[in-house]
Amino acid sequence: MRYVDEYRDGDLASRVAAAIAAEADPGRHYALMEFCGGHTHAICRYGIEDLLPPNVTMIHGPGCPVCVLPIGRLDMAIELAMRPEVILCTYGDMMRVPGRDRTSLMKAKAGGADIRMVYGSGDALRVARENPGREVVFFAIGFETTAPTTAVALVQAASMGLRNFSVFANHVLTPSAIQAILDSPEVSATGTVRVDGFIGPGHVSTIIGSAPYERFARDYRRPIVVSGFEPLDIMQSVLMLVRQLNGGRCEVENQFNRAVSRDGNGKAQALVERVFELRDSFEWRGLGTIPDSALQIREEFADWDAERRWQLRYVPVADNRACSCAQILRGAKKPLDCAIFGTACTPENPMGSCMVSPEGSCAAYYLYGRWRDTPQRAKTG
Amino acid sequence: MMQDDRRPFTRKLDLKNGQVDMSHGSGGKAMAQLVEELFGAAFDNSLLARRNDQAVFDPPAGRLAVTTDSYVVSPLFFPGGDIGSLAIHGTVNDLAMAGARPLYLTAGFIIEEGFALRDLARIVASMAAAAAEAGVAIVTGDTKVVERGKGDGVFINTTGIGAVPPGVAPSGDRARPGDAVLVSGFVGDHGVAIMSTRENLSFETTIASDSAALHGLVAAMVDAVPDIHVLRDPTRGGLATTLNEIARQSGVGMLLDERAIPIRGEVAAACELLGLDPLYVANEGKLVAICAPGDAARLLDTMRGHPLGIDAAAIGTVIDDDHRFVQLQTTFGGKRIVDWLAGEQLPRIC
Repeated sequence: MRYVDEYRDGDLASRVAAAIAAEADPGRHYALMEFCGGHTHAICRYGIEDLLPPNVTMIHGPGCPVCVLPIGRLDMAIELAMRPEVILCTYGDMMRVPGRDRTSLMKAKAGGADIRMVYGSGDALRVARENPGREVVFFAIGFETTAPTTAVALVQAASMGLRNFSVFANHVLTPSAIQAILDSPEVSATGTVRVDGFIGPGHVSTIIGSAPYERFARDYRRPIVVSGFEPLDIMQSVLMLVRQLNGGRCEVENQFNRAVSRDGNGKAQALVERVFELRDSFEWRGLGTIPDSALQIREEFADWDAERRWQLRYVPVADNRACSCAQILRGAKKPLDCAIFGTACTPENPMGSCMVSPEGSCAAYYLYGRWRDTPQRAKTG
Repeated sequence: MMQDDRRPFTRKLDLKNGQVDMSHGSGGKAMAQLVEELFGAAFDNSLLARRNDQAVFDPPAGRLAVTTDSYVVSPLFFPGGDIGSLAIHGTVNDLAMAGARPLYLTAGFIIEEGFALRDLARIVASMAAAAAEAGVAIVTGDTKVVERGKGDGVFINTTGIGAVPPGVAPSGDRARPGDAVLVSGFVGDHGVAIMSTRENLSFETTIASDSAALHGLVAAMVDAVPDIHVLRDPTRGGLATTLNEIARQSGVGMLLDERAIPIRGEVAAACELLGLDPLYVANEGKLVAICAPGDAARLLDTMRGHPLGIDAAAIGTVIDDDHRFVQLQTTFGGKRIVDWLAGEQLPRIC
């Protein structure tokens, strides 16, 4: 496959791995956080950690849109889906996330709710056109990457006068989350979690560019390398971070320059700006309530805002007490540190969001990497 | 068979414009006509021609294999096949995975009211052709009609009976550390072909389903290596799920080499686009074989000498592992688990 296989070349990988091993100072430890769930997935799927020296470790960050959505928002979606007049269109990842009382969209569907899995907002628009007698709601989640496509759907719905379509918007913003991580007690005050540098989310940066991270590099003295999602991209980004740290530099570098520019995609940004505005505050799972960290639909498109149409009210719901998703999302715990990882909480029967989405730390670790830390039982006979 | 000159029904079934209605499942004359003019005509053989509620035959020598499977595929017609041929291939293959020679099949239809007789006839013709090609006879069957909205066009159940030659006993619990793991060709073709035609996911591809009856390939394989330890067709859940099933049944682990697993570029690309892993994508004309290391080269050669196994490959080794993990040495140089699939494979958000 052109433009893919080149980034998965094992020989090249071993050369980059050798360079990392040669340049990583054996006298120091490099703790690097990959923010994005797509990176976490790739790191686990390709076994990248096997190729890194022991003093270069990856910390899995909060960048999975499914994982950071709080239970209360999911409950709002389930409440909507249960209305007989509503068809709820959702990305597949959301189906199995447990809501309050261990409900989920999957269970609501089995109970009779009309829930359709879609691959994008365009599919939801089509469902609305095909079902004029029903109310079709698009359950929009995701970071800056998916917000423009939701914006397109809202603009199209408005221009078509499509009255039976609305959007339940849950788009969140990356820089706010990085700031929350850096300000979190584990990282800033107590120092129990050391993050020496970040692998920046490449897909998000195709939209917002690399410039929004410059203040973190400057103010918090952490280097950031915006990275692509192929395993060689990530390896190269690790090498770039190691070099920055060795040289005492704290800059934003762009490894993913085949898709990302400093200023990003102006057209997409303008579209998002036209349709959305900042929410005063939004609760993130694991990171708490963060001001100006999410998007809401502007007044001009209020008629297509599901929250207003059904006067939905957000009720915070505490996470399951046994579940460590919150700490895992902040990098304060690893999946194996969670008491219920792999026992009460598995991909078949997830208790927390990190285990549901394939991009969640726990699911990626469970699916691809748990053999590393699972000791062989003593042989009998 | 019914003689043409007896003309038991005043009008022939309208296979061009007619639809299945509730009367076709009622057990009355309309059903008799459907069975006579459609199923009976297509599946024609001496046992079925007796029109009894069962088929009676002499058991073949040796051991028997029996299997049943239900087919609920959507869409009903897809590149490279349809639910009819699939219902034959799937059951024939389940028999073949015991090393058996398939002999007889039953066919049960659950049809939704309003289903076009034209489409039903197309499915039945395809079943008949697939059965003839596989050398099996459909000897008894059943027809039910459910109300509109209570089915998905048509569901088919097939049960199969086959004869297992002496000295052949492949079984999922017989994989042993050191054994070789072989696969008969490119994986993921069927699943990608089906997905390419699904509503709201249609994409252009030249990939056709690999749906095929594998008993001929298996016959050649057991002829060359009678003591094949395990045979299994990696259908729903794909190669990954099948290998995990075998690992669990046999109480062993496996170590696969990603470079060796045959995956077409187009399948890899489609999966890449959809965020799916081709190792979990369904196949309908592929098999996994596990054999003693000393038999591997001969078995692989035999597979490659058969049209349905020309792309066969040795993809890994059975290892000793209490946890029964299936591990993959990635092309990238790392290692990872190939785990059971949790629920359905779902596309990523971004």
